[in-house]
Amino acid sequence: MTISRRNFCKKSLLIAGGLAIPLSALELFDPKRLLAEKNDGNKTRWVFLVDTHKCVGCGFCVKGCKVENEIPYDANVTRTWVERYVVTKDGTTHIDSPKGARDGFPTSSIDIGHGKFQEIRDEEIDKAFFVPKLCNQCDNPPCVQVCPVGATYQTADGVVLVDRKWCIGCGYCIMGCPYGVRFFHPVHHVAEKCNFCYHRITKGMQTACVDTCAFGARRVGNLKDPDDPVTKIIMTERVNVLKEEYGTKPQVFYLGLTKEVK
Amino acid sequence: MKSHVWRPLYVVLVIIAVVLVARMIMVPDDFGIGERGYMYGWHRPSNEQEWKDVKVKYRTAEYCKECHQDKYDEMKSSPHASINCENCHGPALGHPEDPPTLAIDRSRELCARCHFRLEYAASGRGKIRGIDPKTHNPELDCVVCHWPHDPRKEGNQK
Repeated sequence: MTISRRNFCKKSLLIAGGLAIPLSALELFDPKRLLAEKNDGNKTRWVFLVDTHKCVGCGFCVKGCKVENEIPYDANVTRTWVERYVVTKDGTTHIDSPKGARDGFPTSSIDIGHGKFQEIRDEEIDKAFFVPKLCNQCDNPPCVQVCPVGATYQTADGVVLVDRKWCIGCGYCIMGCPYGVRFFHPVHHVAEKCNFCYHRITKGMQTACVDTCAFGARRVGNLKDPDDPVTKIIMTERVNVLKEEYGTKPQVFYLGLTKEVK
Repeated sequence: MKSHVWRPLYVVLVIIAVVLVARMIMVPDDFGIGERGYMYGWHRPSNEQEWKDVKVKYRTAEYCKECHQDKYDEMKSSPHASINCENCHGPALGHPEDPPTLAIDRSRELCARCHFRLEYAASGRGKIRGIDPKTHNPELDCVVCHWPHDPRKEGNQK
């Protein structure tokens, strides 16, 4: 095969030019990227801030949540709950949450299940405190990934919702949540979870648990708003999240977490 | 080729057609990817509106204030200022139309949620004045001696 000087120059220029085009330029259309660019315009990202120093374990939040969101009051399921941590001098951590603390903590002894209680004397206590729990509205929600029918999803403002008409009740999401915030709704027979009282926050109200908390231990805010007092605390103070190692990017931030809290 | 070879193909085509038609009828029109992409946003957007339409039950003290300004003012100038009316009076819902009266919780257990003394210095609970419900006037309602709207006052005020 022979090649003329002119042809050789033409072909080598073509190859050099082709190599110079970055790989991404050959990509004609990437819907994901378009979507990501559109997402940047979002004005709202709901987040939650829990101050465990302030929580007194009264359980008004749990009661308020159950009533507001029509969770059967006597069924042992709840969208939010309060855990009591009692660390004793011998180094053991006692954790309980009788009825999810719907009625607060009516006894000083620890509920160890099966109707049994363990009495702990005040002198034995090293530290004791309360930790409210609720859905973390993760940025990387495992419960949404496992849904086989598209019944649970994340809205543009970050809240994970369940479509009651579309949920088939398979329970994958209940197993998938590392925080155990999901449960089976005893009446609707679908997956149920905290949604930051979506009907309230979208009307400019606070969540029911925030409104019923008399101690300011719970606050809801918009992370995209730099002037939001909750955002300011999250950005400037030492906040922590639960089970960060799972990579779920939880959006409920805690003040005053210790290693005992799981 | 003989027709019996083609027959199963027709059956398969009919099944595919039935599935496609059923899908067209059963899947809502607005079912789609949404703003969070395939992995997180695959849903029926009209469901967001359904959640937004849930009835608000706890109307907050600002709603109670519209009619009960005197009670609101008494409450907000007392050590109990941060407690919302509905914590003890129950959710307002559509009060005063529906329900016309609210069921007030005057039980000892309600007060004990905060005022049952627990020696938890690491939490806010340890800083609240408290009693042991077992020894502190058992059988007696707290409101007999303590006025909940302003605990500095004596009980049973109107």
